Amino acid sequence: MPARDMIELKGVSKKFPNGTVALENISARIAAGEFVALLGPSGCGKSTLLRLLAGLEEPSAGEIEWPGEAPKPGDIGFVFQDATLMPWASAAENVFLPLRLRGKNRGEVRNAVQTALQQVGLGEFAEAKPASLSGGMRMRVSIARALVSEPKLLLMDEPFAALDEFTRFKLQSDLRAVWQRTGKTIVFVTHSIYEAAYLATRVLVMSPRPGRVAADVASIVGESAERRVAADYTAFVKQLTETLKGVMPA
Amino acid sequence: MSWIERMAPFAFGVLGLGLWQLAVWGLAVPVYVLPGPVAIVNAYISDFDVLNAALVSTLTVTFAALLVSTVLGVALALAMAASNLARAAIQPWAVILQVTPVVAIAPLIIIWVNQPFMALVVCATIVAFFPVLSNTAAGLAATPHDLLDLFKLNGASRWQTLMLLRLPAALPYFLAGLRISGTLALVGAVVAEFVAGSGGFASGLAYRILEAGYRLEIPRMFAALVLLALAGMAIYGALGLFAHMLLRRRDAA
Repeated sequence: MPARDMIELKGVSKKFPNGTVALENISARIAAGEFVALLGPSGCGKSTLLRLLAGLEEPSAGEIEWPGEAPKPGDIGFVFQDATLMPWASAAENVFLPLRLRGKNRGEVRNAVQTALQQVGLGEFAEAKPASLSGGMRMRVSIARALVSEPKLLLMDEPFAALDEFTRFKLQSDLRAVWQRTGKTIVFVTHSIYEAAYLATRVLVMSPRPGRVAADVASIVGESAERRVAADYTAFVKQLTETLKGVMPA
Repeated sequence: MSWIERMAPFAFGVLGLGLWQLAVWGLAVPVYVLPGPVAIVNAYISDFDVLNAALVSTLTVTFAALLVSTVLGVALALAMAASNLARAAIQPWAVILQVTPVVAIAPLIIIWVNQPFMALVVCATIVAFFPVLSNTAAGLAATPHDLLDLFKLNGASRWQTLMLLRLPAALPYFLAGLRISGTLALVGAVVAEFVAGSGGFASGLAYRILEAGYRLEIPRMFAALVLLALAGMAIYGALGLFAHMLLRRRDAA
């Protein structure tokens, strides 16, 4: 079944005022319900592309189109590399923020906030301050905050890069579970081949300076409980590794 | 902190005062050279009303200056955070005002501003407003960029961004600045009073210090100095408590 296109990038380039060309002539479509990984080395413009998708920056050439409805505030959830919580506010207050900014009052969305926290396994930590939470838990709050406004598109910028491996594995499988349950469209920036292979249904491999989409690879990994050790996962990691070898400058 | 550690500064102070008094008695130092603690306390008691009135006068100038500094400092910091043009325009003047010694310009201000109380407040404000301004500006500028992006993505208005993000984020910076400004306001008030006092305008503890100096009433001079020191400590402590309460309120919201 061909899914409906959510976003279409047409020849998008981004040149910064200092002359750096971060992205050059990127064309791609992202369909509703896809889990797309942007994979590439540091400095290939992955994060810039994510910021363009979010509308936080304007492309210097080309167009980003939303064939369906144009996004309203709250239609795009963003998770940064750091949890970026407000340190003075509790977990629940932080998650409440996107709704509050749209004029909702606390009472009418109490359940939505609590549900979002439960979705990331923090139902019992609603009143906890960020300082009393571990790095992984803070990232969970950050994800709950992105999910609470029921965004159509979830953009994630290397959210697990700063976490230890055990926490990262857990959060990766939890994120997959969220994606499977909600069917959200997710664009996930990473520099880890393993992470991209584990999470995504499709991987856009990017090459650096200037950033280009070097390869567009559909996942060959089947759904299974033992995804991380499955033979098709290993094969996909190998395939991505070969692809990256081809695009990296010597 | 253990009980004994809490008491240590007081015990040390009492010990120091005791030794001071003993030295003054033992060496028969005349009071016009160095009065002992007993003579200072006696001077305070015998001049109770005059010295207390002077203290109230100085504190009134101090608090008025602190209030003006806070309003002015925060307003200018907000303007500087809102526009780069405002920042470029304001910053050098704020620094110039800060580095100009108030002793040098106080006589002019006292001539220009006809009303003596106002003149003192203006002088003390010049000394006091810079820490509030620069700390609040630093706090507003240090708002995390990712959070600003998050507010933008969720369609936050400028007002919402200010009230829910920028101000709470800048609050600890502002309070640290306020604490410095509080003690500087006292210093500024005293300096201005000295200048005004030598021109014959009677007010505040600084005038009493001058007056006691002219009359060689050294114990009285020391009593006024002690009152000033205690006032400074009280202001510093009170602003610390205020900061603690305000941050707790922010964190409980």
